[in-house]
Amino acid sequence: MSKPLVTILGKTVKNIAKLHGGGSALPGLVVERIDPNFIKSTLANLPQGVVVISGTNGKTTTTKMVVELLEGQGLKVFTNKTGSNFTRGVAAALLGEIDIKGQLHADIAVLELDEAHAVHFVDKIPPRHCLILNVMRDQLDRFGEIDNTTSLLQQIVNATTDKVVLNREDTRIANIGKSVDDKKVSYFGLQDNLLTTFPSDDNLHADNIKIDRSIKADVILSEFSDGSASFLIDNKTISTKLKLTGIYNIFNAAAALALVRAILGKAVDQTKLINSLSKVTPAFGRGEKLIINGQTLELILVKNPSGFRLGLKSFDPSSYATMIAINDNYADGRDMSWLWDVDFSSLQKNGVSQISGVRAYDMALRLQYDDVSIKKVEPNLKKAINQFIKTDPNKPKRIYCTYTAMLAIRRKLNKITQVEAIK
Amino acid sequence: MKDKIITILHLYSNDMNIYGDYGNVLTLKRRLEWYGYCPEVINYNQGDKFPDKVDIIVGGGGQDSGQNKIQADLLLIGPKLKKLADNNTPMLVICGLYQLFGNFFKTADGQIIKGIGLFNIETFAKSERLIGNIITHSEDFGDIIGYENHSGQTFLGHNVAALGRVRLGAGNNTLNISEGARYKNVIGSYLHGSLLPKNPMIADFLIEKAVINKFGRFDKKIIDDKYVEFARKTAAKRPR
Repeated sequence: MSKPLVTILGKTVKNIAKLHGGGSALPGLVVERIDPNFIKSTLANLPQGVVVISGTNGKTTTTKMVVELLEGQGLKVFTNKTGSNFTRGVAAALLGEIDIKGQLHADIAVLELDEAHAVHFVDKIPPRHCLILNVMRDQLDRFGEIDNTTSLLQQIVNATTDKVVLNREDTRIANIGKSVDDKKVSYFGLQDNLLTTFPSDDNLHADNIKIDRSIKADVILSEFSDGSASFLIDNKTISTKLKLTGIYNIFNAAAALALVRAILGKAVDQTKLINSLSKVTPAFGRGEKLIINGQTLELILVKNPSGFRLGLKSFDPSSYATMIAINDNYADGRDMSWLWDVDFSSLQKNGVSQISGVRAYDMALRLQYDDVSIKKVEPNLKKAINQFIKTDPNKPKRIYCTYTAMLAIRRKLNKITQVEAIK
Repeated sequence: MKDKIITILHLYSNDMNIYGDYGNVLTLKRRLEWYGYCPEVINYNQGDKFPDKVDIIVGGGGQDSGQNKIQADLLLIGPKLKKLADNNTPMLVICGLYQLFGNFFKTADGQIIKGIGLFNIETFAKSERLIGNIITHSEDFGDIIGYENHSGQTFLGHNVAALGRVRLGAGNNTLNISEGARYKNVIGSYLHGSLLPKNPMIADFLIEKAVINKFGRFDKKIIDDKYVEFARKTAAKRPR
């Protein structure tokens, strides 16, 4: 089938799927079946090539940051902003952007890819640049061991043609760097005193953290507080205000800066770069704020121990009503063990108003062992949301939720208030 | 309170903790508190001095790399662990340490990783990974509910009792329905989830043995286990 034909067909499926409120990946799947080279042929001619962002935590928000930083430098950027980070999600996103002849009008593609899918992707389309954020215990029911996940990330690095940006503070990721030519790799990192705030997986239960400072980092997060951060770049401290919430997002800002510096080299406009960063807002479900009955409601996606830990550290529970929703569908991970690697004692003082999701009682049990009081447990998400909103009408609210629980909650909230549509 | 101290030793807490094994330590600690005892947790890692007196030992699963890091040290303390086991010290070892409490682990390329031989069991690396929800049944503990994720398959020697018989899932291996192993008060299992929070009868077994060993008697109190009942019911209905 000719490319324009595939394009028209794909766009049609996309429109039909949209009418039915369907998932973002279906049209991509259709196109992929008809023309397996669709993505490759569309992305092949971009002047600045393809950038792949992968790792366990923070892919979506970091990708959003990198896109906005590059746009701030005057580039036209294509990205898979649906958060559908499988190959077919990329195909679906392409369908929305290409013209009827199948041409993509962009300078560069910045793609968030799930570790396992990234391997297949880079096999077909070697990226010019890649950024590897971290590797944490997550979806072990899919990947088996963290070391297996690391080897997938290694393959992304191996396939990258120009420059690789790595997390210096994650031992497994920094080790990948040892296999790469020094000129090809740059790092982002943390000032020593911040290391305990962002423990890598090896340090999750460690009493003291070993520091190896033999590697020099291009961008270092040196300080942060609520709403601002300082970075050490070229031996200069640069401070900026931030709209991003969540301390995990702030470390990833260092990653995004390092990546853009690697892509643009000397051409980078540092002032514009920091200015763009100060305007970036969180991606959907990553600390986004909604308004329900005049009160803010924050949705915080949690999917693995380190993400949940950093979420709890980022947001002060006092004066808030807190809800936790845990599902165990395939996309969430079926194994509940991960809840036991999260420390919930920060919730002791204020307690939790509502627990929900398929595995609500696993969560309740977990909180019982951390002496956190619970007002209500209701596995049914629709009922739980109603109860949660009614119970504390005068308090701002916060919901920690797994991926499929978040989708269900957004659907339910959409009926009550205007929730930003997932494009 | 000082006369009511129970010491829990967490074996290789840094390198063998992959699937929420910390939950087992926390469960023992909290339940001991709820029963009116004063738990004390010692983290033991390779190279540390092995404490003179311990009442319960807990160890978890690791990745292959974690197993390599601790194996030499484990062989060093092996005789001490065996002596403690023979003196009826209760222990719980999950996944990786369960395998290394056996005679050996044979890797895919035929390499033999020696274990301490506390259990007369043998483990062989297989290409298929056994992953999913699992339910087993034991005469002593009833239904045991958890999650398994392992590529090693374990075979019990003669006269070694299994912990349970598999009702859903794989267990020790794909050839028979045994899951885990027991020797005196030592329990080995592939189940995490974590095991003890969702299976408080096993936690209470370990606690009771430790308390009786130390103080001669155990006064059991009623603990509020309402959430665990619901959590078990939900888990039992979930797909593999």
